[in-house]
Amino acid sequence: MMTGKRIGMESSLGIAEAVKLANADVVAAYPITPQTHIVERLAELVANGELDAAYIPVESEHSAMSACLGSAATGARTFTATAGQGLELMHEVLYVASSMRLPIVMAVANRALSSPLNVWGDHSDVMAVRDTGWIQMFAENGQQVFDLTLCAFRIAEDPEVLFPVMVHLDGFHLSHVVEPFYLMEQDVVDKFLPRFRFPLALDPDKPLTAGAFFPPGVYGEARRAQDDALRSVRPVISRTWREFEEISGRSYKPVETYRADDARVLLLTMGSFSETAMLAIDQLRERGQQVGLVRIRLWRPFPFTEFRQAVGNAETLVVLDRAISYGGPTGPVCAEVKAALYSEPKRPRIVSYVGGLGGRDILVSEFVEMIEKGTALAESGVEEELLTIGVRV
Amino acid sequence: MAKQFDQRKETEYSSRDLETGCVITDPGNAARYKTGDWRSQRPTWNTLRCIKCGLCSLYCPEGCIAPNAEGYYEADLYYCKGCGICSRECWTQAITMIEEEE
Ligand code: SF4
Ligand code: SF4
Repeated sequence: MMTGKRIGMESSLGIAEAVKLANADVVAAYPITPQTHIVERLAELVANGELDAAYIPVESEHSAMSACLGSAATGARTFTATAGQGLELMHEVLYVASSMRLPIVMAVANRALSSPLNVWGDHSDVMAVRDTGWIQMFAENGQQVFDLTLCAFRIAEDPEVLFPVMVHLDGFHLSHVVEPFYLMEQDVVDKFLPRFRFPLALDPDKPLTAGAFFPPGVYGEARRAQDDALRSVRPVISRTWREFEEISGRSYKPVETYRADDARVLLLTMGSFSETAMLAIDQLRERGQQVGLVRIRLWRPFPFTEFRQAVGNAETLVVLDRAISYGGPTGPVCAEVKAALYSEPKRPRIVSYVGGLGGRDILVSEFVEMIEKGTALAESGVEEELLTIGVRV
Repeated sequence: MAKQFDQRKETEYSSRDLETGCVITDPGNAARYKTGDWRSQRPTWNTLRCIKCGLCSLYCPEGCIAPNAEGYYEADLYYCKGCGICSRECWTQAITMIEEEE
């Protein structure tokens, strides 16, 4: 069931549509490539009266997130977007948003970090904000960006959640691509996403202190409480996606698979490259190889159970990272995957690849190569710390 | 103004006792925080010099200086941090900072 009219639109504009349908109250943002089209369009929607919101044109991303803190603390539905260096500039404020449990929604058009200067996509920016306590999810195409943005508001504002949410979309590869969209009717969205009352809202009649001073005797308890709370939101996210499926016909899961049921070799991806990877899987399947694809949609809180289920029966797991942990375990996603599987009695051999950095494409043939070489390497039992794909070494 | 605060010490809270987002719902409970803890000097008043002008109480960053029954100003040592501002600002040099014993 797909409702509504199918139209072509740039993914960035699709996000702006979702924010408009969500009837956001405040948008505080600073433009940065490749996120600019999102906030440019939102500024337009506010200026021409299509979205009744306060648009705060701030002087930096640090200020953008700070303004979002204040706005969300009053109970206003708050949106922002950023990318790459911008995400890094708001870094310290991200922790405040999650620890104060402010339901801000942010789209991140994933971008490589300087230097060398590069405005194109990879996941260096995401990985640097991994531990900021935000709920984080990845979109693979324009429709998903739209859907996940709507769901993000609902998840963030759920009284059992109250955490900020990042929706990740690959810079340029997704943000600047014209995609087919099914938009939704306003009344359908209104029902899915009613006005909410933020239980911790600033209110002169019910004064409270937020972001207070916690000395050593109680700081650890605060951190523990926050982690417990973030881990406990997984059922709400799944429930929200199921409810969204009822109104849209489109389903989302914390971990998604493609032709993975009987797969002996699995490839793991996150973000828009998953769709190219699917073509590689199709090719290898045609050749009779038992290969499949696993995509982590929900990056935080990490979906341990679903992930272990999805890869438990495979012999080999090839993980693609689009970021490097310099001098560390190379691929940050792969490191997490290894940690998630270490305690499992039965687990696949794992091969870590890094590629697609700074907007470099990964071709279907390169995905095929990763799967084939990765499988051979896994079978040989040799551990390679840094395997890159498509990089001249 | 008598206010009923949660009387627990910070070390008596478990992670489950904290409010969502660690907000504090009994505002003003910073009054319980003993800022006098880290004082290394304390102010002492020479009432022969004090002209009861109250300037010291205006300068005190803790707001912990108030007149006593006789109208002479003195510090509440639960809060006094020993910064010495009162002593420096008093124009009659009525306040002397002395070392805390321990
Ligand atoms: S400033 Fe000096 S003279 Fe004035 S009230 Fe304080 S101690 Fe007394
Ligand atoms: S020493 Fe500082 S804190 Fe103490 S009474 Fe004087 S001004 Fe106030």
